[in-house]
Amino acid sequence: MSVNLTLLTVMGALYACGIYLILERSLTRVLLGLMLLANATNLLILATGGYAGLAPLYNKDTGAQEYSDPLPQALILTSIVISFAVTAFMLGIIYRTWVLARQDEIQDDIEDLRVAETPRFDAEDDAPIPAETSEFPLTMLGGDGRTVSDHPTAADAPDETGSVTAGAKKIPASDAAAEEQPGSRNVTPGPEGGVK
Amino acid sequence: MNIASFAPLAVVLPILGAALAFLLIRHSRAQRAVSIGVLSLTLLLECLLLASVWDGGTAAVHIGGWLPPWGITMVVDQFSSLMLVVSSAISLAVLVYATGQGMADGDQDAPVSIFHPTYLILVAGVSNAFLSGDLFNLYVGFEILLTASYVLMTLGGTGPRIRAGVTYVVVSVVSSVLFLISIAMVYGATGTVNMADLAIKLADLDEGTRTLLHVMLLVAFGIKAAVFPLSFWLPDSYPTAPAPVTAVFAGLLTKVGVYAMVRTETLLFPGDGLNTPLMVAALLTMVVGILGALAQSDIKRLLSFTLVSHIGYMVFGLAMSSVAGLGAAVFYVAHHITIQTSLFLVTGLIERRGGSSSVDRLAGLAKLSPILALLFFIPAMNLAGIPPFSGFLGKVGLIQAGIELGTPLAYALVIGGVVTSLLTLLAVARVWNRAFWRKPSDAEHPDPVLLAEPEDSDTGSRAGRKNVTLLPRTMVGSTLGLVVLGVSLTVFAGPLFTLSDQAAHEMLDRSAYIQAVLGEDTQVPPLALKDGGGK
Repeated sequence: MSVNLTLLTVMGALYACGIYLILERSLTRVLLGLMLLANATNLLILATGGYAGLAPLYNKDTGAQEYSDPLPQALILTSIVISFAVTAFMLGIIYRTWVLARQDEIQDDIEDLRVAETPRFDAEDDAPIPAETSEFPLTMLGGDGRTVSDHPTAADAPDETGSVTAGAKKIPASDAAAEEQPGSRNVTPGPEGGVK
Repeated sequence: MNIASFAPLAVVLPILGAALAFLLIRHSRAQRAVSIGVLSLTLLLECLLLASVWDGGTAAVHIGGWLPPWGITMVVDQFSSLMLVVSSAISLAVLVYATGQGMADGDQDAPVSIFHPTYLILVAGVSNAFLSGDLFNLYVGFEILLTASYVLMTLGGTGPRIRAGVTYVVVSVVSSVLFLISIAMVYGATGTVNMADLAIKLADLDEGTRTLLHVMLLVAFGIKAAVFPLSFWLPDSYPTAPAPVTAVFAGLLTKVGVYAMVRTETLLFPGDGLNTPLMVAALLTMVVGILGALAQSDIKRLLSFTLVSHIGYMVFGLAMSSVAGLGAAVFYVAHHITIQTSLFLVTGLIERRGGSSSVDRLAGLAKLSPILALLFFIPAMNLAGIPPFSGFLGKVGLIQAGIELGTPLAYALVIGGVVTSLLTLLAVARVWNRAFWRKPSDAEHPDPVLLAEPEDSDTGSRAGRKNVTLLPRTMVGSTLGLVVLGVSLTVFAGPLFTLSDQAAHEMLDRSAYIQAVLGEDTQVPPLALKDGGGK
């Protein structure tokens, strides 16, 4: 089986550029990278069909080995259609990102950041349970010596310094992320489905 | 005429239904009727398919009369038909749930009219992937279901969904490109993409080429199945989608990847060449996934991490490549599809009833809505593997197979499996303690709906939307249906285990599959390449 060196070189170049581009943060470049990868793969499939031959239309005077292999071309056709659809969809998403965030970059996951910032100490799980020595325990002492009770006191109230106005009410900044979760009833979708 | 000849209808019916549903885009009532009707019909057909191969046997359909290895082949055997039935059953339940949600909310959450056609396309893609007897058709099945899932993932186009959708689309496209590259390589090496034909021809390749193809296919499927270290996209992207969509994704999409891995390991590359790396990957998937789950406070994210973690069990069973291990893995896949989907559906209900899916902001749900507590408790215990539920039976099967194998790595996996099971219990118990058991006053910034007087627990108003039914009957009913299905997996575990053991036996034997596709007189190469392949 002979190989077409030009085709292989072009394929290699496309793969290299494609992989470089999908590692970018800019979505448009990622899309370009995916397109390059898809086309490089099409060339690879073409290369697996062996050397170029006659069009695979049956003619009884032509030997079987003189035709080119039609199957890879059928596969390429399918994969072109699929990558076309995916590219169109990606363009739609990128446009939507631009409309929503005014930037063409992959956004950070808010919940990920929140989990990463969660302190190791969890008041509910990790606080030492005070030993009850009194016969009539009235108050319990928390790990830091403060009173723990069912009714939050001013000291336990959440820090109101960083607050975000969401609609008519103020909520702490730490909860703003959770408020915007889809499915939360606090988010009213716009006519196109987006948040107003 | 044999019922198996109707197998392509499992793909064609949903596609036709999608076209019809798309035409009825302005008539939501008719659209609902069409999609539920079509899916029920598909489920019925698949039940008949399963019944026809229940006692063994493999049937192949050559589409358009093109003979293999040239034409497209669809293969019905015990494993594929079992997967079809389970997947269609949960798709139907999720569809009913989504319809109930749409009716309760007046279709406000998203342009839902596009939901029904897209959902049917997704089902068609899943069926195509399960039935495919041809590597390229498998790729097409994957692409159908992935493209539908892109649309479902970003339904409504809100900020978080678009953000998650971008990650999801890019990762999926990259894995598809890898799969396509592997197909090109396989075709270059053997000149065929028919899986039965490949099973014969791959055995003639030299060791290095075969390992390369094997690894490439496994990596491509590993991304789709979310096997560690290729699993990081999943917990990032699944939780933001609407509850029914997340549920069906969690149930089906990763399992299609697992299904493809099973076919690769048993049919195309039998033997134990890559069993050691697969076992290590399974161990890491289990442990790393569940440790991730413990760090989460959002129930949907927590469940996404348990999903990743439990993929490890299936890979464990697969990597043992013994009848006992593979049989337990087949059972575990069926169990896990049902349980994981019902848990995500319940989370959707929790989110409606409690106003949030974060355990920090939920409390006292057991008192507010006992039915919700029951619906969460049963699948949660099932997931953690508490006897007598099917999760326990599946894990016992895997552990038995691991001890039977008896290598140090197998013992490590057995221990890892038990630890993961206990940590899963810890994770779901934390959700239970916080969301259901503690007093509402302990929650941080609880939603007003949680604190409202429980005069009528099923309706309420919130955030300017009056009289939204919090727990519509259709949604609770479909979730209950799935939970009952999950429990019935326990009740009928005996016949199901027999079936999955038979399926595993046939898959490891390979001759039934190859002869069904290529004809009775095909010479099947000696099993498992025990002498040359492997170590």
